[in-house]
Amino acid sequence: MASFEPRSHSFDASSILRSTHKHDEPVEPCLKVENLNLYYAKKQALHGINMEMPKKKVTAFIGPSGCGKSTLLRCINRMNDLVDNVTIEGKILLHDENIFDKSVNVAALRRRVGMVFQKPNPFPKSIFENVTYGLRIQGINDKRILEETVETSLRGAALWDEVKDRLNDNALGLSGGQQQRLVIARAIAIAPEVLLLDEPASALDPISTLKIEELINELKEKYTIVIVTHNMQQAARVSDYTAFMYMGELIEMGTTTQLFTKPTKKQTEDYITGRYG
Amino acid sequence: MLGVILIKNWFKSGSPWIWFNAAAVSTCLIMVIGVLGLIMVRGVGHFWASPIVQLSYQEDDGQIKSIIGEHVDTTVTPAIMAKSTGFIMSDKEDVLIQYLMKTGNRDLTGSDFRWIQERNIKFQNEPENLIVVERREWGNFYGNLTAVKEGENVIASGEKAWDVLQERLQIALELHEQIAHLEKKEIGAINYGLEKLRLEQRALELKNKWNAQTQKEFADKKAAYDVDYKKYQTQLGELYQKVRRDSLVAKTESGAELAIPLSKIVDVSQPNKMAVFSKIGRYFKKLGEFLSEDPREANTEGGIFPAIFGTIMMVIMMSIIVTPFGVIAAVYLREYAKQGFTTRLIRIAVNNLAGVPSIVYGVFGLGFFVYILGGNIDKLFFPESAPAPVFGTPGLMWASITLALLTLPVVIVSTEEGLARVPKAIREGSLALGATKIETLWKTVLPMASPAMMTGLILAVARAAGEVAPLMLVGVVKLAPTLPLDGNYPFLHLDRKFMHLGFHIYDVGFQSPNVEAARPLVYATSLLLVLVIIGLNLAAILIRNHLREKYRALEG
Repeated sequence: MASFEPRSHSFDASSILRSTHKHDEPVEPCLKVENLNLYYAKKQALHGINMEMPKKKVTAFIGPSGCGKSTLLRCINRMNDLVDNVTIEGKILLHDENIFDKSVNVAALRRRVGMVFQKPNPFPKSIFENVTYGLRIQGINDKRILEETVETSLRGAALWDEVKDRLNDNALGLSGGQQQRLVIARAIAIAPEVLLLDEPASALDPISTLKIEELINELKEKYTIVIVTHNMQQAARVSDYTAFMYMGELIEMGTTTQLFTKPTKKQTEDYITGRYG
Repeated sequence: MLGVILIKNWFKSGSPWIWFNAAAVSTCLIMVIGVLGLIMVRGVGHFWASPIVQLSYQEDDGQIKSIIGEHVDTTVTPAIMAKSTGFIMSDKEDVLIQYLMKTGNRDLTGSDFRWIQERNIKFQNEPENLIVVERREWGNFYGNLTAVKEGENVIASGEKAWDVLQERLQIALELHEQIAHLEKKEIGAINYGLEKLRLEQRALELKNKWNAQTQKEFADKKAAYDVDYKKYQTQLGELYQKVRRDSLVAKTESGAELAIPLSKIVDVSQPNKMAVFSKIGRYFKKLGEFLSEDPREANTEGGIFPAIFGTIMMVIMMSIIVTPFGVIAAVYLREYAKQGFTTRLIRIAVNNLAGVPSIVYGVFGLGFFVYILGGNIDKLFFPESAPAPVFGTPGLMWASITLALLTLPVVIVSTEEGLARVPKAIREGSLALGATKIETLWKTVLPMASPAMMTGLILAVARAAGEVAPLMLVGVVKLAPTLPLDGNYPFLHLDRKFMHLGFHIYDVGFQSPNVEAARPLVYATSLLLVLVIIGLNLAAILIRNHLREKYRALEG
């Protein structure tokens, strides 16, 4: 068992982020987390998180189960609002706008910050209706627009060739991997800026996982992606930046190469070398 | 010792439980099949034309008389019991066999049925010429046809009489149909219009707008109705004259002659002459009449169409009311209300509502809906019909609402279960796409919970269709002159009283003057009630299965 540093030495990722990129092109942050504390009733689940997630890059959260990485992810599109007795302190800035502000429309925020969950959760409707769900919610019913969006989104999610002949079939008839890509297509159909992926491949077989990872690589051209993963190899393969969390604290954050090759903290090293977790 | 061990092992093996379970299940099955079988056999048999027998019967005083009738029932009494009830039994006789005969001719003998003893029958045969006359009044007539008359003149007698009778009866039945149509539809509409005029006039008077102009308008309208009415009246007069002209003459068992006007006859038959095929044809004709015609003779004869119609109408109205209410309540309880002490209390209250005896709902319906709500509606909207109530009296609407209240718990409970079964992942998926809570509810959660709502509705329908006690207080009557749905604007009359199969069974079986005659009808009506409920349930189940297939939820 590795020993961990006390909370007061908690890691400030933003400085690292800036320092690592001193010599590269300047990285524009898309999301900024400032002093985020989160409590489930009396129990504190996130402790003073500070970090930046750069635009059109993949940021991965790694860490052992229960370390708060999913909780942090769900803060970004305010999914935690649905849980009773949650208190959140601090800020998350999406392009300098605090998403916890009273004036923020949660539904509009979630349109800008899409999310894909651990288990594929297509609606029990046709493939077409699944992809157009978000558009229809916005009142877009023009058939031509819907059809175009369905094609581009499904192509974007690398699913078009597999389902183009059966768009009216029930989405539940697809395989797990196809369902997960459909859910991604559904999320990108409403053109979000940020995509949150909560262990998107953990319920899938290796081949589907590979497809999802390839997809993430393509998607980062257009979207800022934040991914939570259990799988360190996956984080190493798909992400540009990696944040290691433990017990509700951000221990260390940096470029993926740096974090996996030259971790500055002992906990990080213990975790990635498999001595813990 | 060995035996005890063996039994112990047998118990341990678990097979006694399997036997117990099997026994319980088979008992239930046998009971259900028994009930259905009994009402099926008794009810279905009623419409079969049974043969008419003619008996030479020795009465208790030694006289030999002739009896004509249908055999209905048989009882076998052991000699000892027969003796103790006053029958004189010889030593040779072990049992006393008695037959219940339907002898008809109530207008002559005072009763439709009589019990006879098998040992006193001297001679028995089934003459082919015996006729059964089904009459509009006084029940069946059994006897021999002698002649057919037109006015006072005999136009056919003997062998030819039967064919002539058929022909004339056909004409008479058609005329009767025309009369009924005129009286019910045309003249009924005029009466309805006149009543409406009267109410409008009264309303204008109450508002002090009853002036010369309106008076003239109303007088014109009334005159128009009067002209129509006179026209129909003359038509009716002619029809009545025609239909009353013909009659048949028949001889009863005692040899007395009786003239029966054809206008009073529904059907004449010679069951002893009929072959199997004509009996089958007649069976379905009778069954059709039973399903499609109005009741006669204090409900003991004729059809039960108004009761079928009333039952289905009431159930449909109830469903229309209970579904939205139950669903909205369940959605609030499950989706919006903060789960805690209050919601638990409400749930307990709702569940307990399901256990309240239904008659209590009837009392509540009468006290609150009919008298308070209905009374105030009358005061506000129908002041012109006072003192006659419109909604302040039992009727279809109040019956439907009362039953909706009675079945509300099942809809709420099953809808809540359905909502709880919609996976959280689906809700989050919808919310993550920028849908608000209400959009998520409408577009995803409610459709996915719709099979559960239908299950609730199925249970509600099953309960409501069989409920009688509360209805007796809030809208069901023994005989409703009009259906709640007809051709007069506004077509659906929610204020009208209606007939109901369940109440009809009670009324015919226990409140009619002629219980023996009505017993087969009780079985037939029970069978029909069961079939109606099964039909309504099947319809709902089909819809539910369709929805289930459509909104198949995620596994696990």
